[in-house]
Amino acid sequence: MAAKPKLHYFNGRGRMESIRWLLAAAGVEFEEKFIDTAEDLDKLKNDGLLMFQQVPMVEIDGMKLVQTRAILNYIASKYNLYGKDMKERALIDMYTEGVADLNEMILQLALCPPGEKDAKIALIKERTTNRYLPVFEKVLKSHGQDYLVGNKLSRADVHMVEVLYYVEELDSSLTANFPLLKALKTRVSSLPTVKKFLQPGGQRKPPIDEKSLEKAKKIFKIK
Amino acid sequence: MAAKPKLYYFRGRGRMESIRWLLAAAGVEFDEVFLEKKEQFEKLEKDGRLLFGQVPLVEMDGMMLTQTRAILSYLAAKYNLYGKDLKERVRIDMYVDGTMDLMMMIMLTPFKPPEEKEENLALIVKKAKARYLPVFEKILKDHGEDFLVGNKFSWADVQLIEAILMMEEINASILSDFPLLKAFKTRISSIPTIKKFLQPGSQRKQPPDQHYVDTVKHVLQL
Repeated sequence: MAAKPKLHYFNGRGRMESIRWLLAAAGVEFEEKFIDTAEDLDKLKNDGLLMFQQVPMVEIDGMKLVQTRAILNYIASKYNLYGKDMKERALIDMYTEGVADLNEMILQLALCPPGEKDAKIALIKERTTNRYLPVFEKVLKSHGQDYLVGNKLSRADVHMVEVLYYVEELDSSLTANFPLLKALKTRVSSLPTVKKFLQPGGQRKPPIDEKSLEKAKKIFKIK
Repeated sequence: MAAKPKLYYFRGRGRMESIRWLLAAAGVEFDEVFLEKKEQFEKLEKDGRLLFGQVPLVEMDGMMLTQTRAILSYLAAKYNLYGKDLKERVRIDMYVDGTMDLMMMIMLTPFKPPEEKEENLALIVKKAKARYLPVFEKILKDHGEDFLVGNKFSWADVQLIEAILMMEEINASILSDFPLLKAFKTRISSIPTIKKFLQPGSQRKQPPDQHYVDTVKHVLQL
């Protein structure tokens, strides 16, 4: 039996969370080795395990993969969550990149200086409401199917649902006017492996708190 | 005969330049529409051609493609520059993503406060020499082949040569400690399609100047 993928990251969402979500949606069990101190990260670097001296790093199929997108592309392809042909893949990629841009804004919020936070949150809300959610609601409305691309679950649905959770954590009213997206969120969340991932004791990580943020800053030497 | 891909962007490098490089490397002719006035951009938006209200936009094969990476991945797959299997593809993705992290730093510099410019450029050079160039030098050393992945020309090679030339514009001797990358640069530059793109009169764009920055800010109303 093949070894389970092993994820190297700190015990928090960050850039590893979308990888956790995608593996969960693919029904793939994975292990995690948490980086708890700067020394843990230094060891990974000194052992030559991190191509560009950065995490996420995922050990899978005899490889040590880095770069979030490369890892996600590999998992999506391997587990048939990347569409049936090049044209579906292009659509999935466009949708995925849009979601990633929104996700990146939310991710950067944790590192935002307190004085700038309110403005950043306002921008996230504005983009969510005007630039991103309407596009995906329209896609679902236009074909009336259960999933964004090709009438089949793909990574685009998984990334979308992940970000819908974050958007609702920020402000639960942001998804109020997007019924089809809400239905997608329910649908994907009820898939057995995703349901398990989301339950207490599952490998989904909670929003970062002050203590974990300080710990992460120490590990990555961020001021 | 299929219509040529049509690129919509500013008359400058930005996020479209890697797309121009990849099309050129694949020997694919393309047309360009240059955005100079905000009304042009507003029209693209109103006509529903910009999925998330952003450029780059590439019209090809009956699709309105946006999102730089989506476009590059599509082109790489279509023109057989994406490796022969999943394992080669993930290596290409890793190398391209690392290279693009470095290139993003260069791309954003003109839009940052001018007083930070020298510091930014110094950091880029430092990261290039410490984090990125050694990786690619080692890859070439370990397999001794002409190209980064699978002994065959791929997207990874195109992305790297674009990055090397951009970095040499910042620091002419940046490859001084990397002999295999120097040889790589010479070798890739002499591939006929690349050679053509590097000649004057090609669609390759110049480094960003103040006019470019001002145009972008005007069109996007930043």
